[in-house]
Amino acid sequence: MTLSADEVAYVAMLARIGLDEAEMEELRGQLDAILAHVSQLQQVDTSHLLPTAQVGHLADVWRRDEPRDSLPPERALANAPQRDGDYFTVGAIQE
Amino acid sequence: MSASQLTITQQAAALRSREVSAVELAGAALAHVEAHDSRLNAYLTVTADAARQQAAAADRRLREDGASASPLCGVPVAIKDVLCIDGVETTAGSKILKGFVPPYTATSVQRLLDAGAVVVGKTNCDEFAMGSSNENSAYGPAGNPWDVERVPGGSSGGSAAAVASGGVAYSLGSDTGGSIRQPAALCGVAGFKPTYGRVSRYGLIAFASSLDQVGPFAHSVRDCATVFATIGGHDPLDSTSEASPVEDPLASLDAGVRGMRFGVPKEYFGAGVEPGVRDRVEAAMRVIESLGGSLEEVSLPSTDVALSTYYIIAPAECSSNLARMDGVRFGHRVDASSLTDMYLRTRDEGFGPEVKRRIMLGNYALSSGYYDAYYKKAQQVRTLVAREFESVFTKVDALVCPTSPIVAFRRGERSDPLAMYACDTMTIPVNLAGLPGISVPCGFVDSLPVGLQFIAPRLEDAKLLRVAYAYEQATEWHEMHAPMVEATA
Repeated sequence: MTLSADEVAYVAMLARIGLDEAEMEELRGQLDAILAHVSQLQQVDTSHLLPTAQVGHLADVWRRDEPRDSLPPERALANAPQRDGDYFTVGAIQE
Repeated sequence: MSASQLTITQQAAALRSREVSAVELAGAALAHVEAHDSRLNAYLTVTADAARQQAAAADRRLREDGASASPLCGVPVAIKDVLCIDGVETTAGSKILKGFVPPYTATSVQRLLDAGAVVVGKTNCDEFAMGSSNENSAYGPAGNPWDVERVPGGSSGGSAAAVASGGVAYSLGSDTGGSIRQPAALCGVAGFKPTYGRVSRYGLIAFASSLDQVGPFAHSVRDCATVFATIGGHDPLDSTSEASPVEDPLASLDAGVRGMRFGVPKEYFGAGVEPGVRDRVEAAMRVIESLGGSLEEVSLPSTDVALSTYYIIAPAECSSNLARMDGVRFGHRVDASSLTDMYLRTRDEGFGPEVKRRIMLGNYALSSGYYDAYYKKAQQVRTLVAREFESVFTKVDALVCPTSPIVAFRRGERSDPLAMYACDTMTIPVNLAGLPGISVPCGFVDSLPVGLQFIAPRLEDAKLLRVAYAYEQATEWHEMHAPMVEATA
């Protein structure tokens, strides 16, 4: 296996998913197999190819800078797990 | 609803001749859910009260001005649970969005509602549209109306099953790597993925933004064209939506295929394709020849690397899109002493295994030191995949091939992620290139439906529908209905 347990833990932290040891170990094997499969991409000569980010052939998309209504605070906050007045609230950011 | 009223066209005619009312059609669709959905699990939310109100409004509209009303007016529809509807719980098949009630409506759904559509409910799907069997739904798998022990395909499995079971004439799904066409194939209905950008993505919960596209399931190609004509077209709320006007797909629908050239991509008939599926597709190709179309073998050499390209690009985009599922503004939250712990625990509890796998894969591919080797490389190969299609389309009008290499399989039969990903070998390249694709029924293997896929150049959606319509009208496969339909008729 080329993917180390530390790498899986590092990526899980980047992804902000609090995996337990067993989940990490299972994912390590699965991700390793997927990465081994997709590594076939390395065989493709892409030296002459530009990357494609979107296929819509779009250039810059503009709209007029005109004021318009946005969601009223009450509707925007309707799904808040926790709120304080017109604010979403979360636990301590600094310890 | 009887089997003689399965299509939008038939229901629209029955509404105008006063043979049936919209309220009665809504009642029949809701009764069908009541009768079958405990076994089928095609719906996550049923919107019975709203449906009855919409139906009553549609009846008024039909009475006052039936001639100018849309053919969709008063016709019941089911909507995949990744499309937001104001005031209706929308979960994307995920626990993390349980209880989420969006404050706005997706443009595609709004356009249906404006036409007088009656929304029966929200359909089951793989979590965040990631899967090929509907087994990744946090709310249990949907069944296939041809054999409820088998999968309906995915990710829009509930939308396919809702139509195939005879409950509604049409539904909306979304297709990122085959999520409309593959379940349509496995459930024996028509499923159409328009050109990327043709249908607004506003209000579609994003999986992979450069690949996602909304489209219809129906019992006929004409119905797919009718729905596309309603939901397609530019939307200022989606900056990737295509600005050019949509060619009316109904105007040229019956123009036939005489003199048209069809490419048969040899890589799409490889070892993974079941012999029965290959036989049915080859028989369909003979029908196309009998209609005056010519066939020639073509090559798309990057087909085998397209799957790998997709499994870098789609997870990379999903890892970014799903970062908003953080327990702060909406959805599930697990309380913890620090903000970071809240994120970690919320996302661990809220996401299922496949979504975690793809977020992890995407974060890995985008992380420092791996970006060039994986993500940039995949974007370069994506250019190659698109160019191969462009080159083939200088020689032929459309491509014809299987939609899925296999027919509907039993639940639990494909537990290895890579084996599941291989279900989408012939649909994924179409998304990478942003092309329109459609699956129509072309026969059976062991009483299970087989899908035939047509692929056309970008923005040639009308030509694609015309081709699929010509094939469909020359055959009777689209008139064969799952046992559930016969039971209700």
